[in-house]
Amino acid sequence: MSQLTLTIVKIGFLALLWLFVLSAISVMRSDLFGTRVVQRVVSTRASKGSSRPATTSSRSRREGSRRRGKAVPHQLVVTAGPLAGTAVTLSEAPVVIGRAPECTLVLDDSYTSSRHARLRPTEDGTWTVEDLGSTNGTYLGPTKVSSPTVVPVGEPIRIGKTVLELRR
Amino acid sequence: MTTVATLTPPTLTPQGGRRRRGIELIMLGFAIVLTLAAYSAVQMGVLGRYPTDLPVVTAYLVACAGVAHLAVRRLAPYADPVILPVAFALNGLGLVLIHRLDLAARAGLGSLLPSGDAGRQMIWTALSILLFVAVLGVVRDHRLLQRYTYTAMVLGLVLLLLPMLPVIGTQVNGARIWIHLGPLSFQPGEIAKVVLMVFFAGYLVAKREVLTLASRRVLGVDLPRARDLGPILVAWAASVLILVGQSDLGTSLLFFGGFVAVLYVATERLSWILIGMVLFVAGSWFAVITFAHVAERFQIWLHPFRYAENQSYQLVQGLYGFAAGGILGRGLGRGMPELVPYAKTDFIVATIGEELGLTGLMAVLVLYLVLAERGLRSALGVRDTFGKLLAAGLTFSLALQVFVVVGGVTRLIPLTGLTTPFLSYGGSSLVTNYVLIALLLRISDAARRPAPTATPATPATVAITGDAPTQAVRT
Repeated sequence: MSQLTLTIVKIGFLALLWLFVLSAISVMRSDLFGTRVVQRVVSTRASKGSSRPATTSSRSRREGSRRRGKAVPHQLVVTAGPLAGTAVTLSEAPVVIGRAPECTLVLDDSYTSSRHARLRPTEDGTWTVEDLGSTNGTYLGPTKVSSPTVVPVGEPIRIGKTVLELRR
Repeated sequence: MTTVATLTPPTLTPQGGRRRRGIELIMLGFAIVLTLAAYSAVQMGVLGRYPTDLPVVTAYLVACAGVAHLAVRRLAPYADPVILPVAFALNGLGLVLIHRLDLAARAGLGSLLPSGDAGRQMIWTALSILLFVAVLGVVRDHRLLQRYTYTAMVLGLVLLLLPMLPVIGTQVNGARIWIHLGPLSFQPGEIAKVVLMVFFAGYLVAKREVLTLASRRVLGVDLPRARDLGPILVAWAASVLILVGQSDLGTSLLFFGGFVAVLYVATERLSWILIGMVLFVAGSWFAVITFAHVAERFQIWLHPFRYAENQSYQLVQGLYGFAAGGILGRGLGRGMPELVPYAKTDFIVATIGEELGLTGLMAVLVLYLVLAERGLRSALGVRDTFGKLLAAGLTFSLALQVFVVVGGVTRLIPLTGLTTPFLSYGGSSLVTNYVLIALLLRISDAARRPAPTATPATPATVAITGDAPTQAVRT
């Protein structure tokens, strides 16, 4: 083996090693750009004693929802509570919300029941919310949910100390 | 009570429906090509001829990578596409480096190394891949592990304490971290790393609200209440016990560091890190003034060249290796890494530094960085708290281990006897790290899975649940 061959092998291997590193990073990069960034709202977190986590921002969004109430939602976003900022992409499957680990959205909120509420899609693309017999109840806007109710986009759903809403 | 307005940072939501298994396969192929290139370079560098058994090596690597890939494709289809190839590339590079040190031993260049370790490490790799598949198959949902929180605690402590038992535990090179069962030897502390992380995550999910309570604000840091210091003190005491009982600085550091990291992730309180650092410094200082072997490690670290002929021979030879490597390295198979004692286990980083130079070592460190980034990314993406803590804890322990090893070998921090994940020779370490990767893939699968995996309920059914009376509602 000549010295030249070995030097070429040496440089070549280092180049290959870095090529691997860079291709791993480029896979991550395309992963990064394939991600939607959800800007969390400026949430006014109420203190522990207060039981009114409805925020100014969710109220303003409720007004906005009247304009686009029939829109098809694609995301369920937690706007207040311990999991604020978490988003679940919606599909055909119903979403069960609660504290039990087998729920679709597991809330870490001591005011929720283990299986608290369920969101279910209807034929025309809207979603309904129903309470699964929770202790503290499920609220859609100001009203307590007693039967499956259609949820307009942007309407706050309150479960324990957590507030969720559907987004397009 | 006041209401506080906070601006929270944006959350990343993984885009649904992208499995990206094809990209993983391509990257695995690239990792195999990389390993084969390294193998050929070693053969050309040491023996001066082209390798003759490339087909056999290729078949072995393809089989290992293929089994792992098919398992991920079947069992965790939405898992991260980068984690497995990067781990496999590091493993392959490790195999080649061990083989390279084997060759040096056989060439009789005044070596201290036993031979044929690359072959044994290949068997360990195959076993690790099988265990990797088994973990993916058994743990179908990482949340199941939460049920075994306290079982994991007991198991982890038993594993840590096993080497201190009189008959099966043995002392090797001053550290009492091995158990011998007949012909088999194993370092149970390695697997305890993963088991205890399951406990830390499960425990802190339950207790983090209490630990978040602050009593007093000092210099802009919220200090916790004195009575909530219990868990961190227990973890600290346990790690000091390991340090004293087993003379193992590395495991002790890894154990305590991992706990503090998960505690910080769970509570978002900087004060826990500060308390942890104060405890760590106090513990180290205590160990240095009390135990002779720790004090020796400390002296070696501060003045390596004063003891270059005896106590710090290994460290100094490693530093000479880095110096000989320079920017581009000597080339694979063309340095003299066998001059460093334990080059295959603790000092494999010095071999990389000598033969691949700074350029190669940086590439390897970036690969670890990629692993850490993907792990933390999975922690961000997953929707349950236990998964977040577990992924963050596992990732942190991997990253901390790399830091402690590379820092020790490059004399940034005192030297500790830890293995370099995936690279070093050693079955227990390799098996553990593949289990760790399997758990990370499981969590990243949950994080990136687009459709909520709820049981599709038929419209007329009524959900009957456990704890509360259910209103019968028909839709």
